[in-house]
Amino acid sequence: MPALFGARGYPPALEWIARRAEAFVIPLVALIVGMALFSLFILAVGKSPILLYETMWRGGFGSWFSVQNSLSRAAPLLLAALCVALPARLGLVVIGGEGAIVLGGVGAAAIGVALSGAPSFVVILAMGVAGMAAGGIWIGAVGALRHYRAVNETISSLLMAYIAIALMNQLVEGPLRDPASLNKPSTQPLADIYRIGNIPGMDVHWGLVVGVVACILSWVLIEKTRWGFAARIAGGNVRAAQVQGLAVGPLIVGFTALAGGFAGLAGMLEVAAVQGSANASLAAGYGYTGILVAFLARHNPLAIIPVAILLGGIDASGGLIQRRLDLPDATVLVLQGMIFIVILFSETFYGRFKAFNPDLWKRPDLARGAA
Amino acid sequence: MDATEIGLWGVPLAILGGAIRVSTPFIFVSLGEAITERSGRINLGLEGTLVFGAMTAYGVAVMTNSPWLGLLAAALAGLCFGLFHGWICKFRGVNDIAIGIALMLFGSGLAFFFGKPFIKPKAPNLPAISFGGWSDIPQVQAALDVNVLFLIGAVLSVILWWAFRNTRAGLIVRVVGDSSDAARAMGLNPDTVRLLATGVGGALAGIGGAYLSLYYPGSWTERISSGQGLMAVALVIFARWNPLGCFAAALLFGGAGALGPALQSVGVTQGYYLFYAAPYILTLIIMIATSSPTRSLAGAPGELSITK
Repeated sequence: MPALFGARGYPPALEWIARRAEAFVIPLVALIVGMALFSLFILAVGKSPILLYETMWRGGFGSWFSVQNSLSRAAPLLLAALCVALPARLGLVVIGGEGAIVLGGVGAAAIGVALSGAPSFVVILAMGVAGMAAGGIWIGAVGALRHYRAVNETISSLLMAYIAIALMNQLVEGPLRDPASLNKPSTQPLADIYRIGNIPGMDVHWGLVVGVVACILSWVLIEKTRWGFAARIAGGNVRAAQVQGLAVGPLIVGFTALAGGFAGLAGMLEVAAVQGSANASLAAGYGYTGILVAFLARHNPLAIIPVAILLGGIDASGGLIQRRLDLPDATVLVLQGMIFIVILFSETFYGRFKAFNPDLWKRPDLARGAA
Repeated sequence: MDATEIGLWGVPLAILGGAIRVSTPFIFVSLGEAITERSGRINLGLEGTLVFGAMTAYGVAVMTNSPWLGLLAAALAGLCFGLFHGWICKFRGVNDIAIGIALMLFGSGLAFFFGKPFIKPKAPNLPAISFGGWSDIPQVQAALDVNVLFLIGAVLSVILWWAFRNTRAGLIVRVVGDSSDAARAMGLNPDTVRLLATGVGGALAGIGGAYLSLYYPGSWTERISSGQGLMAVALVIFARWNPLGCFAAALLFGGAGALGPALQSVGVTQGYYLFYAAPYILTLIIMIATSSPTRSLAGAPGELSITK
């Protein structure tokens, strides 16, 4: 029979909860503080924060229609956030996921058009592989440059995002252009049988399922496999990992390539499920919102799932906020920026509260004074 | 040959003129970042500061009809962003690079939020000085129309280069950047020095933004910067934290940025988007060429997180 009370005289379950509560309570409080600061900002520009949050709720989660809209937006965010979270476990700050999304979309569209005529599951599978490969090579290169040439990955990944967008424009306006797309240069539209449809009973495409599965697999990879274990060691201390004989180079390249692959898959889903062709709409900013999602989730792939849905909802409500409150569409960006800053600031509070650290608790019998 | 028909000579000339025009924001942002990084912190948020500075300068210039007030407002706005970064990074566990990313997104978002009404109206521009009067060729004259901010930036880089070596303030910044412990032993407070260094860096980035919206390209749009603030940060590493190096590197980047429009002006339209990406590619190549996994960078401040 398990002991009811641990060495400190408290139930082990209570200690277990206390130790894990920190990673949940601090970000939640930070999120609330960020929204409170944003309320002050909204008051300062002469609008009602209550109306704003009510509108945000209505636009994001208030009806089945808006929930489906939020979930649709969460799908690419899940994958874009993994592009930040996986390298972060190795201690790398990769912020160029937008580039991998864009190239993944272009690669998938090119394959989809080239293989037209083949059975649909072959084409969709090939598009997924192409999207993952394009994104994986792009971000994998960032990881390789980091490890073998000591090039700062934060700056290089963002530079490569700009290069990727230029490359997409070049391809979409040049060799891959559909002559029929006049005002908005695009690749040739995918045939309907090659499009990815909706989850039965919902107006949300299958990308949501793909994203959730990717998050769960990433969690298993990091927490339950030896590669994930090695990555966490290398993320803590590269020297120590090398002394232990871990192949840090392949580990970094592998993790960054997988991260980029997920972002590339997000681009493929945008093409196959939403746009129907690759065009400038691929650079919609999912890569940048994904950075915030990953930091809010503290780079935990399972936590990414609820956070992505929350931010998908905030994103989805942008249009309604614009119409109802007569505020610019950038309002959502300001809110995201504020939350981001407060979340990063909250890092300073970890390990400061006794309530989260049972090692510092007094024995209840001692505390009562009856030793 | 007709004086106005200079054919392919137009390309190097347009690149020279473009280098002077395009490089100015790079000069200011990289000088600002050099001061910040010499004090031991990296501020990636200068991209957001640049965009917010551009919006502030344009908005104030539209409302007051004075580009100089716009410039001042942009510098003050940049100072606030820099001071905020410098303040928040002093807390334990707060990462300067991550805060920079957040400020990049926040600064841009705030600029788009307040900048909406200023997309249409026309603001008065900052003045330029013409050095091309000796030539009859309009292209030469156009290339040698030099904005005052470029000249100020050139002078500033020499002053900073001198000040880092010869003044007390320059020495203090360098000591703090090389070793917080040594600075504390000297009775200096590293947090205060970094706060001020980041603040000044932000103010200079704000001025860079004012140049963008008030001279070249000379209007406020949401895509006004597209990564120039970030490239300037990379450029500081390439310039080895030396203000004179920053100036030279900024000219080089300006030239790369002018390549696309210059080729387009003589009728080369193939690969327009790839030429547009030239500054990003150049930055990346330079970063690869100048980084090394085995030796630390010469002249790098010891406390800088990206070189540790």
